[in-house]
Amino acid sequence: MKKLLFPLRMLLATAALALSAVAHAQLSIEITGAGATRYPVAIPMLENEGSLPRSISDVVRSNLERSGLFALVDTGLLTFPESQLPDMLLLSARGAHAVLTGTVEPLADGRVDVRVRLFDVQKNTELGAMALRTAPTQNRVTGHRISDFVYEKLTGLPGYFSTRIAYVVKSGPRFELQIADADGMNPQTALVSREPIISPAWAPDGQRLAYVSFESKKPVIYVHDLPTGQRSVVANFRGSNSAPAWSPDGQRLAVTLTIDGPSQVYVINADGSGLRRLTTSSSIDTEPAWSPDGQWIYFSSDRGGGAQIYRVARDGGTPERVTFDGNYNVTPRISPDGRNMIYVTRTSRGFQVSIMDLQTRQSMVLTDSVRDESPSFAPNGRMILFASENAGRGVLSAVSSDGRIRQRLSIEAADVREPAWGPLPR
Amino acid sequence: MKKLILPALLSALLVACGGKAGPQTGAGVDDRSAGVATVTAPGVSGTGIAALTDPNNILSRRSVYFDFDQFVIKQEFIPLVEAHATFLSQNPDMRMMVQGNTDERGSREYNLALGQKRAEALKQALVRLGARANQIESVSLGEEKPRCTERTESCFAENRRSDMLYAGEF
Repeated sequence: MKKLLFPLRMLLATAALALSAVAHAQLSIEITGAGATRYPVAIPMLENEGSLPRSISDVVRSNLERSGLFALVDTGLLTFPESQLPDMLLLSARGAHAVLTGTVEPLADGRVDVRVRLFDVQKNTELGAMALRTAPTQNRVTGHRISDFVYEKLTGLPGYFSTRIAYVVKSGPRFELQIADADGMNPQTALVSREPIISPAWAPDGQRLAYVSFESKKPVIYVHDLPTGQRSVVANFRGSNSAPAWSPDGQRLAVTLTIDGPSQVYVINADGSGLRRLTTSSSIDTEPAWSPDGQWIYFSSDRGGGAQIYRVARDGGTPERVTFDGNYNVTPRISPDGRNMIYVTRTSRGFQVSIMDLQTRQSMVLTDSVRDESPSFAPNGRMILFASENAGRGVLSAVSSDGRIRQRLSIEAADVREPAWGPLPR
Repeated sequence: MKKLILPALLSALLVACGGKAGPQTGAGVDDRSAGVATVTAPGVSGTGIAALTDPNNILSRRSVYFDFDQFVIKQEFIPLVEAHATFLSQNPDMRMMVQGNTDERGSREYNLALGQKRAEALKQALVRLGARANQIESVSLGEEKPRCTERTESCFAENRRSDMLYAGEF
C-alpha cells in the first residue's frame, strides 16, 4: 500500500493557529503553530461508543489534531460501523481524504471489543484494520493505540501517542517528578522531594527512570522503577554525580562524576558496578548522550574555551569536535535514526533549541523563545519536547523536527521543567 | 587561635564514598495503566553550630563570590578562606562541604559542572592554605538553589557563589 505521504511533505508555512485543546487536563496543550497543509481525515464516533464511560474517538481526534499534521473533518453524530463499507461519496463531499470506521462491542467478561478500519476515501480502498480487547476503563490507552495506527498508516512513521513523558514540577519548595501520557493527561507522581530533581532519563524499557536528586544536599544519581517505586542509588561518589544517559541496550549509563577532580564522563553499569572513565580532560566534560547505535557518546565540554559539543567513541580515544558556530552549544541529543542532533545554542536572543544534520553539519534553530532547554526527541524523531518559559513560568513546549509545528503544554500555577520523552511501549 | 570545642554531632563523618546503596521501597503499583508509585524522599536536617555562626567571628562568613564565567578566588576573599583553612587544620576531625552555585542562565547540567568548578576552586584554595583534602568535599548545586531569584545582574552575582558548610549544617 502506498503511503499518503505527499500532502504531509508539502507543508509550507507555519500557520498561527491557536486551538485550545484538552482544557480539563492538568497539563493543558495549546497548539501555537501547525502545518499550513494538513491532511483531512474523518474520525466519526464509533458504533456503540455511547455505551462507554469515556469516548475513544475523542481521544483519537484530539491526538491527531495535536500532531499538527491532520485537519479533522466534522461528521457530527454519524457513525460508520466497522462491518460495512463507509459512504465514500458523503465523506468525499465533506472533504475527507481518509476515514476511520469502527464498532465497540461489549463482551461477556466485561471487556469491550473495539474494531476499527481505515479507508482512503478518494481511492476507495482499505488501508488497514485493527482490533483491541480492553477494559472500558482503558479507553484512553485504546484511543492512543488507535491514534498510533492511524498516524502510522497515513504518515509512514510510528505514532507516539501511547508514549509517556516525564517532567519535574516545582510548586513552592516542593519538587515532584511526574509521569504523564504524551498528551499531558493522566499525570502521576513518581517522586516528591523538598530538594531539586533534574535530568530524568528514560531507560529503553520505558519502566525505569534515572535522574539526579539533591535530597542528600548534593547531586546523586538514582534509578527508579516506576511500577514498584523501588529506587536505588547508581552513583553517589565523593563530589557531584549527574547527567545520567542510558546506553541503547539499557545495560549501562553514561554519567558525569567529579571523583578525579573536574566534571568528566564515566560509564557505569545500571546496578552501580563496573565504573570506568570515558573522557580524560582537565576541563568540563558533561551531558553525555549515546548515539542510537551505541558507538558514540556526544557530550558538552569547555576544553576549547567556550562550551561546545564533542563526541567520543564508546571505548574512549580522542574526542572529535561537532559544533563550531557560536560560543555556547550544549545538551546534545541524537535522533532515533541517528541522522540528526538537537542541542541548545546561545544566540543573540537567548537560548534556543537547534537541530544539526550530522552528515552535512548544517544547523537550523527550531525554537524562538529566550530560555529553551532540555530537548528530547519523540521516539519517531518527528517531535521534540523541551523546557521553555511563558510569563515567567516554566512550561513544556514541543516543536516538530522541521520547526513547523509548535505546541505548548502548561500546568496552572506551577513551574514545569526538565521534560523527557519516553520510548515506545513494548 | 583557641580551639573550638566541637559538638558531639560533628564526630559523625561526612558520608563521602561512592558505590551502591540498598534499594528504597515505595508503595507498588504494577500495571502500566494503573501507573506510577509515589515515593517521598527523606529529608536531611542540618543543625547550626553556635561557635561558627557568631556574627563577630569571621568564620560565620561562608560565601565566596565569583565574577561572570570566572572560577578564581578574588583577593578580597583570601582572608576568609585563610580563616576557614586554619580552622580546618586545627580541627582535623572537622569535615566541610563546599557547595558551588551558578546563576540561572544556560543548561542546568552544564551549570552543575560550572558550579563544581567554583566549588573545586575554593576547595583547592582551602587546601593550599592548610586544610587537608580529605576534610573537604566539593559538590555543585548548579542553578538549582538560587539565593536570589530575581533576574537582575546583582541577583545573578549573588548566585555565582561557593558556600562553606560544616558537618551538621547540611
